[in-house]
Amino acid sequence: MSRLHKMPILVGFVGLLVCALLLEVAVDIGWVMQLVVPRPSDTILAFPEVQADMDLFGNFFVTLGMTAGATFLALIIGIPFGYFLWRKTEYGVAYEGWLAAAFAAPTVLLYPLFLVIFGRSHATLIAMGFIPGAIPIIIQTRQGLLGVSKTLLNVGRSFNVSRRDLFWKIQLPSAVPTIFTGIRIGVMYTLVNIVAIEYLIDFGGLGRIVSEMYFRFDTPGTYASIIAVIFVSVFFYWGFGKIEKWLRPV
Amino acid sequence: MADILEIKKVSKTYNSQSDNPVIALNDVDLNVAEGEFVSIIGPSGCGKSTLFNVIGGLIDDHEGEVLIEGRPVDGAHKDVGVVFQEESTFPWRSTLDNVAFPLEIEGIDKDEREELARKFIKLVGLDGFEDHYPAQLSGGMKQRTAVARTLAYEPRIMLLDEPFGALDEQTRMLLGDKMLEIWAALNQTMLLITHNITEAVQLSDRVVVMSYRPGTIKEIIEIDLPRPRSSEVISTPEFGTYVGKLWTLLREEASRGMVDEEAAIAAT
Repeated sequence: MSRLHKMPILVGFVGLLVCALLLEVAVDIGWVMQLVVPRPSDTILAFPEVQADMDLFGNFFVTLGMTAGATFLALIIGIPFGYFLWRKTEYGVAYEGWLAAAFAAPTVLLYPLFLVIFGRSHATLIAMGFIPGAIPIIIQTRQGLLGVSKTLLNVGRSFNVSRRDLFWKIQLPSAVPTIFTGIRIGVMYTLVNIVAIEYLIDFGGLGRIVSEMYFRFDTPGTYASIIAVIFVSVFFYWGFGKIEKWLRPV
Repeated sequence: MADILEIKKVSKTYNSQSDNPVIALNDVDLNVAEGEFVSIIGPSGCGKSTLFNVIGGLIDDHEGEVLIEGRPVDGAHKDVGVVFQEESTFPWRSTLDNVAFPLEIEGIDKDEREELARKFIKLVGLDGFEDHYPAQLSGGMKQRTAVARTLAYEPRIMLLDEPFGALDEQTRMLLGDKMLEIWAALNQTMLLITHNITEAVQLSDRVVVMSYRPGTIKEIIEIDLPRPRSSEVISTPEFGTYVGKLWTLLREEASRGMVDEEAAIAAT
């Protein structure tokens, strides 16, 4: 067990490799329909083909950039708004329930409305990514600040800490893990929405490649582009993990 | 020695506007001399922590007054440092940064505050753990970090609100010895809240016994055991006599508290 703890990345890769090998065998002997799930080896071989045909690498950065833009917007609006809902208890109590309900709504279906407002453009993608990304950030920022231990606040007060220092040196660092939970949930929903809109409006990015491969019945190509979407998600998960570790080392 | 702390007719009532006001403290008078180690014991709900919050300036809507060297306490201030009962170290800061926190707040530059923090870390016996985070320390080490942090604030009076309450008996006794070393080294005025009679006798010059609600001072016992003292003192007959005397005083109050608590649970 302790060895597993020391090498989590290696163990993860080995597990993935074993699953891929089992899938390869399962497809080979016909337990899984190749039309639905291709051999992992075929999916790997599809990467250079999709790159040559659709510029997978370039579109990876398009989706990554759109997700980063929408997430940035969600952060600069979501965190201050969450702070406001925490500071003004009556607003927090009044609106948190509505926000949680709005989060469950399939906002992706609003895309025709946004197409009318912003046209078939990057602005539509960013706006559609922003909405589901901002809501968990707002909710978790409020919850994180509400959850700061009373003892830690009293420690600050006993040292005669100013209100400003109390917020920046105690309340915010204390709320960081909860806020980052919101950011992680938000960025995943942002990515899903952006890829979905790229898929629906046929406007660049990995979503468009998934759509193209799907309509060509190119199953390995479809899976290869979906794996590229997973890599975008891994990038953000890893990146925000690093930032959180920097802010809260343990 | 002159009194550094004067508590005069302090009373505090919670929910005073409601139908069921709770009188936590009623006319509490207490003087503490500079460099004295005073313990306060009493059953749960007797207002010990409320008294500390009043002395620390964390509660201001009380009656009576608290004077430190003749000056009234009005809000949290530099003369009083508090070590809390609950886990109070900042999990995101290393031991060094935790201890340096009050110095950072005072605007002392990094090199100087780290040097000072290291001094207090050494004093509590945590040298070598400066870069460890609270999650990497034991319960006793975390509480020593909290003690060092409060010492770094250099308060005239240190309030210890059951800082070792969550620790096992052996660790508690050893940390008691450590507190006595610190107290002797710094000639620090210390007030300790504890439920543990043994701990109170081991450490204190005087033990203040509080009554169950409303919290008043029932009796003050002088502990006339030789200094310097360590946990070895518990094996002496005089120690046992003091423990017995304090338990006799506390027993009635603790019983009242228990009956009251059970009645409250039965009423819900």
